[in-house]
Amino acid sequence: MKKYVIFPYIFWSILFIVVPLILVLIFSITIKANENLVFSLDNFKRFLEPVYIKVLTRSLTLALISTIICLILGYPAALILSKEVTNKRNILIILFIVPMWMNFLLRTYAWMTILGKNGLINNFLSWTGLPTMNLLYNNGAVILGMVYNFLPFMVFPIYTVLNKMDKSVIEAAKDLGANKLKVFLKVVFPLSLPGVTAGITMVFMPAVSTFVISRLLGGGQYMLIGNLIEQQFLFVGDWNFGSALSLIMMIMILISMALMSKYDRKDGGQGLW
Amino acid sequence: MVKKPFRKIYIVLLYVFLYAPIVVLIIFSFNNSKLRGNWDGFTFRWYFQLFKDRYILKSLYYTITIAILSSIISTVIGTISALGIYNMKSIKKKIVLNINYLPVLNPDIVTGIALMTLFIFLKMKLGFMTMLLAHITFNIPYVILAVLPKLKQLPKDIIEAALDLGATPVLAFKKVILPEIKPGVITGALIAFTLSIDDFVISFFTTGSGVTNLSITIYSMARRGINPKINALSSLMFLSVLVLLVLINKRTSNKREDVFINEKN
Repeated sequence: MKKYVIFPYIFWSILFIVVPLILVLIFSITIKANENLVFSLDNFKRFLEPVYIKVLTRSLTLALISTIICLILGYPAALILSKEVTNKRNILIILFIVPMWMNFLLRTYAWMTILGKNGLINNFLSWTGLPTMNLLYNNGAVILGMVYNFLPFMVFPIYTVLNKMDKSVIEAAKDLGANKLKVFLKVVFPLSLPGVTAGITMVFMPAVSTFVISRLLGGGQYMLIGNLIEQQFLFVGDWNFGSALSLIMMIMILISMALMSKYDRKDGGQGLW
Repeated sequence: MVKKPFRKIYIVLLYVFLYAPIVVLIIFSFNNSKLRGNWDGFTFRWYFQLFKDRYILKSLYYTITIAILSSIISTVIGTISALGIYNMKSIKKKIVLNINYLPVLNPDIVTGIALMTLFIFLKMKLGFMTMLLAHITFNIPYVILAVLPKLKQLPKDIIEAALDLGATPVLAFKKVILPEIKPGVITGALIAFTLSIDDFVISFFTTGSGVTNLSITIYSMARRGINPKINALSSLMFLSVLVLLVLINKRTSNKREDVFINEKN
């Protein structure tokens, strides 16, 4: 067929994908001096200041904790789903997807109404005579928001892999005398690793780059790297530093994805997307 | 491995966790009191206020307009581009595909600020047009990724057969290729539409001058604290999701297995 049909897209992707990223790169390695851009690595040097390193470690820690919780909660769920009979399974999966169709911000906002000072939990506590607690605007609330929003990203890749798994392998292991725990540890879990790695990437990535969850549930003082970038671009107006931060985040994520895909055999559970 | 009752309890708890916040939102959308947690009688007040809120209605209008326009445009460009990529030589194909993956893999915030930088660099006024362009940009890769597998499934000689039989390339595309890749195109269009309707981060950075979508409106309202109008909006959106689900289920109940297989490939 005609080759030129690709030209519009090549033009489009250069203009809207490649050029913007090059602009970010240029901004990150320059600073503004007398309305001119001058080459400098100051932005990256500035990032090494303790304040910003703290933001980075906080982002990484919170994202990591949420990813681990998602894995601990999500793996059993995927396992149970994959063992259900087809009819029931389809219904359960649809029920699992439905909350995801709700707007992401509304799902996050919902937790504000539950955890807040006049929220459901505190109201219940004061009704029973117990002291109220500060549930909102702390790290716990941010982690909860991340787990709630990204849990399906962990469950589905693992579920897909478990579902596609060759059942005769499991039977073979049982026939050879392995008990249920051994079958799981030696056969099912190793075979499901591609799904696990896909799930980890799909949870960790949005968790580390979010600025909405931390803004709504974490309050102002709990800044993640995403908030820092937003602030630099929209409030401070320091595009150079903001670009450097974005570049650092992008490289960090690409490296972690490359690392994960190293463990990813053949095709993972990314089929969902 | 684990006994059955435990499994059941676990699944039930998990679904409670998933649905509890939504149920709470819906219940309190009928609450007369503005203060959360205190039940103060049943009311439709917030729904009436919602429909009177110009700001929310306007953002609903922008959300839907941009979702429709961007999904149509990106489906057309994406399908044609997928065809082009399919016919490319290996190295060039790899480069184009990798560039295509960038918006999918990049965090939204990076895509958002990169596009914002471009628009301002080009001296474009941030608003409807820039938001639409941004949506088309992040939608096209998903359409391509949905259509390409279908093209790979095409029998190799089917196009040549059509051309040999005297069809023009355009006619061959319309009569032979398009019907074959239609499921992929529809999947791509649906993904694009959903992504566009649900997008917050990229829209947030690429819009301006009073043009907002629902996500941005919710964000700016939620940032100021709790607002019962958002609850009313949530209930309506949840209801529309359910209606959509039932409709899709009815339409595709006989095709479900097929869709399932496609998504796995």
